[in-house]
Amino acid sequence: MTLRNKRLDAVLAGVGGQGVLSIGALIAGAAMDAGLFVKQSEVHGMSQRGGAVEAYLRISERPIRSDLIGRGNADVILSLEPVEALRHLEALAPEGTVVTATDPVQNVPDYPELETILDRLRALPRAILVDAGRLAREAGNAKASNVVLVGAASHLLPVSPEAIEERIRRIFEAKGERVIDANLRAFRAGCAQAAVPVA
Amino acid sequence: MSNRLATRTSTTERILLGDEALAQGAVDAGLAAAYGYPGTPSTEIMEYLLRLHDRGDGPHASWCANEKTAYEAALGAAMAGGRALVVMKHVGLNVAADPFINSALLDLHAGLVVAVADDPGMHSSQNEQDSRLYAEMARIPCLEPATQQEAYTMTRDAFELSERFRTPVLIRLVTRLAHSRTAVTTRPPVAERPRMRPVDSADWTLLPANARRRWRVVLDRQGAIQDAVAADHTTLTLRSGSRLGVVTTGIARNYFLEVLEELGEKPSHLHIGAYPEPEEKLRRLSQEVETLLVLEEGRPIVEHRLHGIVPSGLEVIGRETGAVPRDGELNPDLVRAAFGLPERPHLTVTGAEPLELPNRPPQLCSGCPHRDSFTALQKALDGAEGAVVTGDIGCYTLGALPPFRAIDSCVCMGASVGMAKGAADAGAHPVVAVIGDSTFFHSGIQPLLDAATANTDMTLLILDNGAVGMTGAQDTVAPSSRLETLALALGVHPDHCVVVDAHPRKLDAMVEVMRREIAYHGTSVVIAVRECIEHARKRKGGAA
Repeated sequence: MTLRNKRLDAVLAGVGGQGVLSIGALIAGAAMDAGLFVKQSEVHGMSQRGGAVEAYLRISERPIRSDLIGRGNADVILSLEPVEALRHLEALAPEGTVVTATDPVQNVPDYPELETILDRLRALPRAILVDAGRLAREAGNAKASNVVLVGAASHLLPVSPEAIEERIRRIFEAKGERVIDANLRAFRAGCAQAAVPVA
Repeated sequence: MSNRLATRTSTTERILLGDEALAQGAVDAGLAAAYGYPGTPSTEIMEYLLRLHDRGDGPHASWCANEKTAYEAALGAAMAGGRALVVMKHVGLNVAADPFINSALLDLHAGLVVAVADDPGMHSSQNEQDSRLYAEMARIPCLEPATQQEAYTMTRDAFELSERFRTPVLIRLVTRLAHSRTAVTTRPPVAERPRMRPVDSADWTLLPANARRRWRVVLDRQGAIQDAVAADHTTLTLRSGSRLGVVTTGIARNYFLEVLEELGEKPSHLHIGAYPEPEEKLRRLSQEVETLLVLEEGRPIVEHRLHGIVPSGLEVIGRETGAVPRDGELNPDLVRAAFGLPERPHLTVTGAEPLELPNRPPQLCSGCPHRDSFTALQKALDGAEGAVVTGDIGCYTLGALPPFRAIDSCVCMGASVGMAKGAADAGAHPVVAVIGDSTFFHSGIQPLLDAATANTDMTLLILDNGAVGMTGAQDTVAPSSRLETLALALGVHPDHCVVVDAHPRKLDAMVEVMRREIAYHGTSVVIAVRECIEHARKRKGGAA
């Protein structure tokens, strides 16, 4: 296992109702378990209603000041929707990575051709495109797209896959073994997309 | 999932939103009662307290009809000797302004803290007013935390300050702090105070003679309050030889500290976490520097104040001068620019045509009953030239956007009803007001009394989804079944107060009723009923 960078600035994106915040909660939880400082912004109110949603997740060994992430400062954009991934490119550092689900949410009339969007994403220097919906269904829980996505970004995170898996077990503890297992499968399916072996 | 994060991780450290840190601070200060009305970004303060209360583990907490009734309930709790908290968003303070301003003149013996969450940038609001101005108008102290930790400690301090100076204390949050989660260290709670009524009723009875006496007390204590808050909540860091002085307030400090390490010449710095502003420290800072840059979230209040304090030759820059924009919220990029730092490089895609991304504004949920009500209203008004449809505050304000474009106004809570009356009085026809059930309970009852009493030619469409939808599907203050009774009690004619199903299968019936009541020349009320789908999901325990 390589030594992980102990800091991360991530922009989380998606459409209201997709579960963008739960991505942040999962990674943030694992980071806090590891004793790191975490700030995680949430979105409440009007923008939750089917609109574009962005949230910020900041993790560091040192105390974190700003709740926001400045332009060019994000190490990664984690998006549950391909158009929303492109919307935040200016936040991304030149050496940053986009990790996005490819499932479109076409709730606006002028939604572009999906292939145009995906081509644009594929043309980025560092982008991981994940068929998160399909992988989640195959893992046995259609709602686990966000967990697939965390898996696909796992090699970029300042916490180990084991720590994320531990968090998944705790988060879904009350829902029983089946839900836990489906989410663990979803996470590992995501990890496989990033070609990171899970111990 | 967020709730699970908020569990205790050790005896003293918890993971809390700024809103929740404030709530926990109030609990640990021996809070007796909390009241509020939902409003982004303040809602999660009360939700936290309600969760504690509902499991029998916290002080009294309840939603109220509106911010004014909430304020008055809190005031009563303080009058009885319990520490009280009242919670609202910035525009809610407009509704509560009457008791708020007047309560400053009372001789408070138990702490009263007014928690107000401002929304710079208007993420979920109709304006970006700055509640610090209200504190100044009432002449009460205002505390402004910069971090979640400060939201916790300052709330505890606010109760102490309130009792020390026998005044209400305003604590101001902003969206980015209210809705960001991090670890907060809590201290052991203090016990609730013994209940005690006011020593002298005259100090709570604002007859002019009493009020004049009390107002002098309020004015006389300003200097002592300024000294006290300056000692506890402001920090002056003088760096010899620095020509630039920076004044930060609230969360602007976070953005400043992030750019500080990139600055070659480190500026002197005064952070203001409480008001009235620390005049003495502002003077001392101004003596050391040539230019003062003021970074504050909201209106240029300190920037203006400085002109009356610092020597006239000193350059003061900030929102007023355009060093940072006059509107919107601050962010790390704007603060970088204010120091003349270059933009950080970001990923750029070379060789590709710029791609126009579609806007994705918020919209009514698929399956939302409001969709059916707006569809019906559009059909009912089809062909009605010059129709005026006044709107109100809630999810249904989204009916202003395509595909519906069904409402012509949105101003403030309850405005749809009064504005419809005025429009009808001025000759507009037909006139329809569209309001949600919770907004009607909040501020729609009195204007309907006005309209029904005059039998104004207008139709009030109450979209009854049994929830406060936009803020997260909270329960309304009263059951929906009361809407019809209320309308009748206010004087609406029983033949013209009609309840319909807001359901796609009942569309024709809705259209017919709306057409008939819009055609009626008098005040009519149509109540379109179907539960908010988010509320139903929450009720059935399947919250996301």
